[in-house]
Amino acid sequence: MALVTYIAADGRATAVELPAGTTVKDGALQNGVEGIIGECGGNAMCATCHVYVDDHWLARLAVIEEVEDALLDDAVSPRRHNSRLGCQIRISDALDGLVVRMPEAQE
Amino acid sequence: MVIIGAGHAGVQAAASLRQQGYEAAVTIVSDEQRLPYHRPPLSKELLSGGDPLALRPESFYADQQVTLLRGTRAQAIDRGAAAVVLHDGTRLPYDQLILATGSRPRRLALPGVELSGVQLLRVLDDGLALREQLRSGSRLTVIGGGFIGLEVAAAAVSAGLEVTVVEALTRVLARVCSRPTAAHIEAVHRAWGVDLRLGAGVARLLGDSAGRVCAVELSSGERIDSDTVLIGVGAQANAELAAAAGLELDGGVVVDATLRTADPRIWAIGDCASFPLGAAATRRRLESVQNATDHARSVAASIVAEPQPYTALPWFWSYQNDCRLQIAGLIDGHDRTELIGDPSAGSFSVHCYAGQTLLGVESVNAPREHVAARRLLSGEGA
Ligand SMILES: Cc1cc2nc3c(=O)[nH]c(=O)nc-3n(C[C@H](O)[C@H](O)[C@H](O)COP(=O)(O)OP(=O)(O)OC[C@H]3O[C@@H](n4cnc5c(N)ncnc54)[C@H](O)[C@@H]3O)c2cc1C
Ligand code: FES
Repeated sequence: MALVTYIAADGRATAVELPAGTTVKDGALQNGVEGIIGECGGNAMCATCHVYVDDHWLARLAVIEEVEDALLDDAVSPRRHNSRLGCQIRISDALDGLVVRMPEAQE
Repeated sequence: MVIIGAGHAGVQAAASLRQQGYEAAVTIVSDEQRLPYHRPPLSKELLSGGDPLALRPESFYADQQVTLLRGTRAQAIDRGAAAVVLHDGTRLPYDQLILATGSRPRRLALPGVELSGVQLLRVLDDGLALREQLRSGSRLTVIGGGFIGLEVAAAAVSAGLEVTVVEALTRVLARVCSRPTAAHIEAVHRAWGVDLRLGAGVARLLGDSAGRVCAVELSSGERIDSDTVLIGVGAQANAELAAAAGLELDGGVVVDATLRTADPRIWAIGDCASFPLGAAATRRRLESVQNATDHARSVAASIVAEPQPYTALPWFWSYQNDCRLQIAGLIDGHDRTELIGDPSAGSFSVHCYAGQTLLGVESVNAPREHVAARRLLSGEGA
């Protein structure tokens, strides 16, 4: 399990316990956390699961793959150095405490 | 506000209406019992054991004050009284009505289609039934070399089944992809061990004494032993409601550039809508998640603010095992293709032109090309 905190664009924070193996995108959808859409079902095709990962955690994520890197350029909100796709961040115990921020808009 | 259909289009319409500040009541009428779910995984992840994926969490509907009537069929539209008549006779008055009724698989008028083990694939229960059949049988025959058929073939061959795909035309994906892309998809399927029968007609399906399908008989007389048969030969719009209400049809529910029917209170979006597209404004119907959700966003904006034309660039994805295909734009009517990259390396793009005009770009395992093409085609800088 890992405790993941989602911070909405307006600053509202929601913390949820997620089982290892799920993704940041599914964790948000399954817990009713707004701000992540996941239109393509988690296949790195739509960029509606864009999140900004807190710097502290950025280096601990699996390296970004080409499909994710390419698609992030097409996200609706600006891409930043810490932009990732929520569907490509897989939760593990090592990510206990992860903090992600949602962008202003996903669509 | 009443929305008929709780697929990708209907649910997104409700979400976008709320997001854009629509405050009046929103009711979605859904003839499905399930919490609205993603359809694309039915021919992909679900078959490899994945869980069904809800479009929105159950809490979304209450939080957003969207009434979702599940297991409820809209029976008729009484335009005079501005009300939707439900299957139990209840009348739902509307101020604005969005038709998001989607499409359904075309049936084949073949002897034997009623046998058990013969599947169409549209709703979650079809997907679950197909998954069960793929687990218990060892030979799958797919009729139709379109996206859905090929996706199922890919999932099944990976699961160790013997898979045959029978396609009447001489290549797969004939309606939707350029020749080079279709040729690549054919090659990867053959490499996975799928037996592709192109230019082959089906005469009938044969059953055993228990009423279960056991073989597909081709027009040539050849029999392909099969435990399961999937029919994937295209889809048709669910447009009967609109037709019965006197709205015009043209392969789908006819709408103008703002996705509105001739009745100013009724809109149609997603798979069921036949809408004008592109410079030539030729009317057509598209079947993709992007089309459904972008239609929904556009209609919500038209209802909340001013009617506005729908202009989003069409794009589409499919994946078959490790082969990810992305298409930007619409390639039909192209007379020339340019190949970028190397299909034998498994990563390339095909640029499809009519004369000098780039119509669309297909990318296989080339996500950067796809994103660049989306930008280029939507005019966001070259
Ligand atoms: C197996 C499969 C795989 C696919 N894969 C992809 C893919 O990889 N990528 C992609 O972009 N697209 C894919 N698609 C296409 C995509 O799923 C559709 O384009 C999309 O679902 C269209 O959304 P929609 O809301 O218009 O229609 P639908 O999702 O079909 O929803 C319409 C809903 O309305 C309901 N309805 C109809 N009539 C009534 C009535 N009278 N009363 C109440 N309810 C009614 C229907 O039961 C249905 O639930 C796939 C489709 C299928 C079937
Ligand atoms: S859910 Fe579509 S890119 Fe992540």
